[in-house]
Amino acid sequence: MTEVRAIVLRAAGINCDMETEYALELAGTKAQRVHVNRIIEDVDMLKDYQIIVFPGGFSYGDDVAAGKILANQVIHHLSEAVRKFIEAGKLVLGICNGFQVLVKAGILPGGGAKRHQNEVTITYNDSGKFEDRWVYLAPQTGKCVFIEPGRRIYLPIAHAEGKVVVRNEAILDNLKSADCIAFKYVDKNGEEGDYPVNPNGSVASIAGLTDATGRVLGLMPHPERFIRPTQHPRWTRREDKVCADGTMIFNNAVKYVRENL
Amino acid sequence: MRQWRFEVFNRSGFADVHGQSVLEDITELGLDMVEAVQSAKVFLIEADFDESFARRVATELLSDAVCEEYYIGRSKAPAGLAKATLIEVHLKSGVTDPVAQSVMTALADMGVKTDNVRTARKYVLLGEIKQSKAEMIAKRVLANDCIEDCIIGDEAEPPSPHLKPYELEVLHWPIRQLDDKGLEALSKDKDLFLNLIEMRTIQKHYVDLGREPTDIELETLAQTWSEHCVHKTLKSSVDMSVEGEEIHFDNLLKETVFKATKDLDKDWCISVFADNAGVVEFDEDSAICFKVETHNHPSALDPYGGSATGIGGVIRDPMGTGMGARPIANTDIFCFGRPDMSLEDVPKGVLHPRRIMKGVVSGVRDYGNRMGIPTVNGAIYFDDRYLANPLVYCGNIGIMDKDKCFKNAQPGNLIVMVGGRIGRDGIHGATFSSGEMTHEHETIFSHAVQIGNPITEKKMLDVLVRANEAGLYEAITDCGAGGLSSAVGEMGQELGAEVDLEKAPLKYAGLNYTEIWISEAQERMVIAVKPENLAAIQKIFDDENVESTVVGKFTNDKKLILRYQGRQVGELGMDFLHDGVPKYSRKAVWTSPKLHEPSISEKDSYNDELLAILSSYNVASKEWVIRQYDHEVQGGSVIKPLTGVSNDGPSDAAVIQPKLGSNRGLAISCGMNPVYGDIDPYWMALAGIEEAIRNVVCVGGRFDRIAVLDNYCWGDCTRPETFGPLVRASQACYDGGMAFSVPFISGKDSLNNVFSCEDGSRISIPSTLLISAISIVDDIGKCVTMDAKKASNNLFVVGQTKDELGGSHYYRVKGELGANVPKLDLALAPRIASSIAEAIASGLVVSCHDCSEGGLAVCLAEMAFAGGLGIEADLRGLPKSKDCRRTDAQLFSESNSRYVVEVEPDNYDAFARLMLKVPFGQIGRVTEEKKFVVKSEDGGNVIDIDIETLKNAWQKTFDW
Repeated sequence: MTEVRAIVLRAAGINCDMETEYALELAGTKAQRVHVNRIIEDVDMLKDYQIIVFPGGFSYGDDVAAGKILANQVIHHLSEAVRKFIEAGKLVLGICNGFQVLVKAGILPGGGAKRHQNEVTITYNDSGKFEDRWVYLAPQTGKCVFIEPGRRIYLPIAHAEGKVVVRNEAILDNLKSADCIAFKYVDKNGEEGDYPVNPNGSVASIAGLTDATGRVLGLMPHPERFIRPTQHPRWTRREDKVCADGTMIFNNAVKYVRENL
Repeated sequence: MRQWRFEVFNRSGFADVHGQSVLEDITELGLDMVEAVQSAKVFLIEADFDESFARRVATELLSDAVCEEYYIGRSKAPAGLAKATLIEVHLKSGVTDPVAQSVMTALADMGVKTDNVRTARKYVLLGEIKQSKAEMIAKRVLANDCIEDCIIGDEAEPPSPHLKPYELEVLHWPIRQLDDKGLEALSKDKDLFLNLIEMRTIQKHYVDLGREPTDIELETLAQTWSEHCVHKTLKSSVDMSVEGEEIHFDNLLKETVFKATKDLDKDWCISVFADNAGVVEFDEDSAICFKVETHNHPSALDPYGGSATGIGGVIRDPMGTGMGARPIANTDIFCFGRPDMSLEDVPKGVLHPRRIMKGVVSGVRDYGNRMGIPTVNGAIYFDDRYLANPLVYCGNIGIMDKDKCFKNAQPGNLIVMVGGRIGRDGIHGATFSSGEMTHEHETIFSHAVQIGNPITEKKMLDVLVRANEAGLYEAITDCGAGGLSSAVGEMGQELGAEVDLEKAPLKYAGLNYTEIWISEAQERMVIAVKPENLAAIQKIFDDENVESTVVGKFTNDKKLILRYQGRQVGELGMDFLHDGVPKYSRKAVWTSPKLHEPSISEKDSYNDELLAILSSYNVASKEWVIRQYDHEVQGGSVIKPLTGVSNDGPSDAAVIQPKLGSNRGLAISCGMNPVYGDIDPYWMALAGIEEAIRNVVCVGGRFDRIAVLDNYCWGDCTRPETFGPLVRASQACYDGGMAFSVPFISGKDSLNNVFSCEDGSRISIPSTLLISAISIVDDIGKCVTMDAKKASNNLFVVGQTKDELGGSHYYRVKGELGANVPKLDLALAPRIASSIAEAIASGLVVSCHDCSEGGLAVCLAEMAFAGGLGIEADLRGLPKSKDCRRTDAQLFSESNSRYVVEVEPDNYDAFARLMLKVPFGQIGRVTEEKKFVVKSEDGGNVIDIDIETLKNAWQKTFDW
């Protein structure tokens, strides 16, 4: 069986790297946390991995804007390496701050060349403040390798800047027609709604995006925070058999690598 | 070099959430002439690039092409709109600017070297705003003049902060010839906060030495001997008069709080009251350490910065305990004045309580969240006596290897400072926090406010964890209060140390040697490194852009030698420094206040009282605060602060799983009830201790592995009548620790929480003792929460309800205090706690809730609405004392040692068997119908409300 190797990127202010590494290992990968400085020194090291994860946190304090400084680093030092990584059929996952980085570096929703005329960005929640709460997510695409179409999942968010916005309506139409919307925020019955169902005011309730290949996923919620039943906020009610939904993202990634790489 | 100015605005059509929140704050001030607020980010960059590169910087780095637009230079107010007022807020020179540092990093990634970057905020206020109102808005909403300057409508940029380098001049502060008046004047002029006895002791020391002290020597003594650092009041000898009877303590702390720990002598206590945090065993391989600190005075002046550095500082305590722990959880407990107080009632020099609360919550949020440490437990307490002296308790828990719980610095080890640079921030923080606040502090002590940068601390944590794993240092401690002076002084106490102060890296030029030595600039640790390990450890630091500098070495002559550019500027014997502080004897007195029970007539319905208590500030839902904290980062969340069917009920305690691969958990809680102290601080302290214990027991914590922390916040303890309550609370700590067999493992005090108003009147805080508890959870799968689980389950009350409404919320909503404060049966209480813990561990309990603030009625109401189910209760089933006959007492008395427990019908017998030896009774059952109904002993429905109404009452208060 293919050894699945995942690299979890560290940087100043990244703080979800340990639990992300743990979640990847539970899913059967050999995961390694590596500082961005090491990768910049030796971009060839990425050859040894099939999955790159940009984990959550506050890279560089989210100074200027969330994920902006790390995205700037990626643009100036790693964009070529990441492009090759994706072209080689490998997987990229960005969680929370990692999603912000992928969007601000132009890796999501893709089209790299247009990176500085960004069409999509992630900005301050409508509530104007950081919030930690659980949300339901409905998958919107069949092409993203991390996702099981039709399976609604429940995960926590924890962010102040998670509102996905687009430059204009046409861009939103493009995202839809290009099948780039990975997840939408919904209620427990699967319906879109206002706050707090859509916790940050994202346009079209967008919670996550994928690129044209379906092998890059970025999402605001934290799958690595729901990999054991006891992380569910209502596990003590023992109502239904609690399934740790976050494992789905990591397990699917591993399955894809094993079957395709 | 050219200075470029960039302004970044929101593009129209994209919400300016920052501007909106500023507008809300202005409206809250009662100013309605401002129609709209537009906010902008301003960047001032000194660099050699041209216009086209400046445009690249603006598009690629400083602005977001989708939702923002930029302007290079200074934009004019929008034309054609209502009259606009421009206000710009700049950081004062020398104040840390984290965003500027990140921009410099990013510009380097773009290939540009910059000389200087500064950031500012610009506000465009629309409406007819008079100059005086603009100034008021600037002062009250936009800026804090402690750390920021406001420029209203002016076109001038603030001066560039290039400072002149410092030229050495050794200062002597002659002391030998001074009389008492002169000694006191010297202490006051130099902000030493040393009293006359201490000044005389120092004078004698220098007479014996035959020379005058240098400035740095006196400053070092002042820092080391400050109340903040040595707790001289709590360690003093005390003559106490209790209701006329005399008691004597040689050392108050040693004979009360410490003594309980010593007498209990638990083998799972690894290091108590010795290091920066208390350390207990977690499992075979790991230990847990816990510390709670206060950051009250700085938070009063700058709520955001003060509370942020409060949490930032306490995180460094576990990081500096033993060989260094990895932080895994934060706790935060605040005390404020009422947030709806009218502006006119706020004294001069004091910020409005609502602004303090918002600032404190934001500061703790931004620092804790950025550090990636979950904030899992807390409480907020309101009382108008906290108006001028808000209390900000910040706690941190860390995990470490059991074989790394002790330090071992040796002579010859290099003294290495790691982390942030030194600036002029935080000068005299330790001494300042030991004194009394006045209306003038706002301006005089602005330099005592430290400014934090959590990312600097996170980077430092990341590399220290790696250096610790590699075993590359011998000792570690944090640079907290007193800065290098305390860190090096403490670590070198048994050795001796030499420090070359010019080697310490500075944020900007111009600091003199004393400022370098005592600055409390944040995010620094000091480690002791063997010379042969220096290269390896510095590689780890350099690899992740963390600065480290050798500033001296440890010696073996027990002397502290301070040099600047090779010249000696200070020399102190470690013995005099650490043991020279004179011992105090203090007087304390306690007389029970003359209080009586109010006469309140009984009623047929208590619906209104219950709703009023649920909406009262202390009881109401704190969801607005809790959700702003990341309580799930690190992936170890088991019991969250909010729980129940809609994720919004009030948990008794938090449980985390510190090691992701192990089912062992840690329960964390707190207990505090200052208003009981107005009646009797002895019972206040015992109630706090038991509340903290009950809370960890309620979620499934082991009763035999609870450890607690004490944090005293008091008024002016030189007054015997203020100190008396502290002595009484300390006696209660001993009695409570022994009764529950629960050791105190760490503690801290903050005294002099008094404010002198302009008119000479003084506001003192109520005597406030916070007890924080941790306990081990053997199997997290057995934890329970407080929300009612299923209709037809039985509800039991365990523990006896007495006629103890004194200090209760029931009395408070009626404006009364009362006299019958809840007491504690020291023999029965531990038996009850242990029975509950056993029932939970046996899996017989589906929910359990601490019965405290607001009494039985509030406890049951919370269980019902958190579970989304109804409850039918009957007071005939309530175990109660004979004198507890009144219905209001049965509903609202806050008697200690009570738990409400939900048990499935099948487990009735097994549960009852476990409770045979403690008072218990069936109070009712859970129902499908979403109503909370309580029948009195006469059979009437004294409470009958649907749970939505109850929940709305509880949630609306802080629906901000």
